[in-house]
Amino acid sequence: MQTSFELRWHGRGGQGAVTAAIIVAEAAIFDGKNAQAFPEFGAERRGAPVKAYTRVSERQIFTRSPIIAPDMVVVLDTSIDKKIYFDGLKVGGTLLINSSKDRSELREKIERKDIMVAKVDATHIAMDELGAAIVNTAMVGALIKVVPLAKFDSVGEAIRENFKSKIAESNVKAAGRAYNEVEVLS
Amino acid sequence: METMEKSIWKRLPLSSNYAVAYAAKDSDVDEIAAYPITPQTTVVEKLSEFIANGELLAEMVHVESEHSAMSASIGASAAGARAFTATSSQGLELMHELLHIASGMRLPIVMSVSARALSAPLSIWGDYSDVMNTRDTSWITIIASSAQEVYDSIVQAYRIAESVMLPVMVAYDGFMMSHTYEPVFVSEKSDLFRNYIPRKDRVILDTRKPVTMGAVANPDWYYEAKYQQVKAMEEAYGASVEADQAFSKLYGRNYGLVEEYNVENSDLIILTYGGLFGTVKQAVDEMKENGVSVGAARVRLFRPFPLNELRMLLLKSKAFVVLDRSFSNGLPVSGPLAIELKSMMNSYNITVPVYSYIVGLGQRTVSEADISKITNQALAGKGVNESIYWGVRE
Amino acid sequence: MTSLTGWKSIPTGAFIMEPGNSSERYTGDWRTFKPVINQDKCTRCLRCWIFCPEPAISIVDRQYTNSSGRAWKNTIEINYNYCKGCGICVEECEPKAIDFIEEVK
Repeated sequence: MQTSFELRWHGRGGQGAVTAAIIVAEAAIFDGKNAQAFPEFGAERRGAPVKAYTRVSERQIFTRSPIIAPDMVVVLDTSIDKKIYFDGLKVGGTLLINSSKDRSELREKIERKDIMVAKVDATHIAMDELGAAIVNTAMVGALIKVVPLAKFDSVGEAIRENFKSKIAESNVKAAGRAYNEVEVLS
Repeated sequence: METMEKSIWKRLPLSSNYAVAYAAKDSDVDEIAAYPITPQTTVVEKLSEFIANGELLAEMVHVESEHSAMSASIGASAAGARAFTATSSQGLELMHELLHIASGMRLPIVMSVSARALSAPLSIWGDYSDVMNTRDTSWITIIASSAQEVYDSIVQAYRIAESVMLPVMVAYDGFMMSHTYEPVFVSEKSDLFRNYIPRKDRVILDTRKPVTMGAVANPDWYYEAKYQQVKAMEEAYGASVEADQAFSKLYGRNYGLVEEYNVENSDLIILTYGGLFGTVKQAVDEMKENGVSVGAARVRLFRPFPLNELRMLLLKSKAFVVLDRSFSNGLPVSGPLAIELKSMMNSYNITVPVYSYIVGLGQRTVSEADISKITNQALAGKGVNESIYWGVRE
Repeated sequence: MTSLTGWKSIPTGAFIMEPGNSSERYTGDWRTFKPVINQDKCTRCLRCWIFCPEPAISIVDRQYTNSSGRAWKNTIEINYNYCKGCGICVEECEPKAIDFIEEVK
């Protein structure tokens, strides 16, 4: 019985995967939906692999168990082992990945053909807009284009809730660019 | 509800820790003394922010330990302040002797607890070992299962505390709730709860009218003072019902002392507490789809123990599973809630089978699949009158 | 049997509602020895009053003239309601004017 859309985020400490998970939930809540966001509760340190989760639903969400069969996986850092981020991803699910690779090259590298793949060069966008490789807000922008879990304006509102004014605007801009630049590969 | 009450509520994405901070602010607390500990830390961070922004007029007392946090809360409350504190795990343990002093001095302090495992081995993750260790401290204990309920319960806690003059603790899952963002309706106005939790006259430390608090009581007096506390805890039962009903009348939300889900005519009811109830409800939905006759319930008020609601619940099924996220070893049944339930059943000559399971210690994952397997095992009649440590590796 | 107040009547939290009521409780009933002031030898220096850990030395407004004709405005007395018989006054008395004698009840 599928009641909610379940997302798992993979990044490294400092890239903002947890904040991204929260921003998407916040935006969905601003849209009047129900949502849940929580980190994988482990030791937090810069550079360590980090997981975070988001659930979005039209109905009230009961469960509090971790997401083991996600509808979608968002990968902020391609150096993370595929075995980790493909774990449990549903057939017919979606992979959104931060990559600067050429689309055909990337599609070829991804062995799973039973999923939809989308890519965005979030590192490049983040360097341009923020001057740092903090890719989370760009990935959120790309995500809501591929799966419309929340309105773009609500994402903007959520970003402004999480960052100080000046940084917030650059992040909204990064999200906007990623929203426009994300490519679906298959 | 969302449209009806738009004028007094705003719907925000909040973790349970932030919900606590909003509730303390909206309860217009005067004094906060707290020491940071994972996973409680963001409660105090948010409250500091509210004070710094001028949204909350309160004294933040920076203390050097939880022992001092509770001591300062006792002092502030004795001096007439509406006192608030928050802690978790080892911090709650360090407060322990003061918990008895707060309740013995009958001070209406409210505290939130992000429930967490106890060392050793060191674990920063969630379970209810810390909360269960406070069962005999005469603190009224509410265990919430959603961020919304956390918010509402903190406000209700002040009404209960200031009515029966006992401190109240509001507990919720460390991490699984403390760090999970979900929608919460919080007050749009700063004085929404002013009449629900009015400022009352009580005996306080006042140089114009001196009294002595916390004096020695020799064997002629100690017993009577403690018995007063016993009676106050009995009064807390009715006061908790009243607080919940009055809250419902004014604000449209209530929880009861025991929450039930799909319990009518079930072969089995799964009884638990805290955030795990959500996962259990989800599992119940899934099992119902597969034709299993199962319901869920949770104890929201743990102290005083909700005798009437549980007696009613015990009539509604042929068997019960109790899921505890803590253990008290030395007895065949070692889950704290299971022990209390069985003790209570004995007083009322109720003999329905109770299957006790220990789950989720140190935040070991409990999934819907676990709940379903436990249900099948219990329906097959396995393991009655003992506690099963579910999923522990051999 | 004395009859003490029950749980319903004692103040909430066992607070003590009247301040300064300790003087109502006599604490001087456990002495083995008791100090007795020799008024003739006493010089009214008040060292006993300073050292007494209890409020058990009273300065009474009553004239006293000793055997050598020396007149004092005050008389120093022990308040046996509070004197615990510790003997500090006996020890501290410079003119050795306090005797310590066995309490006979």
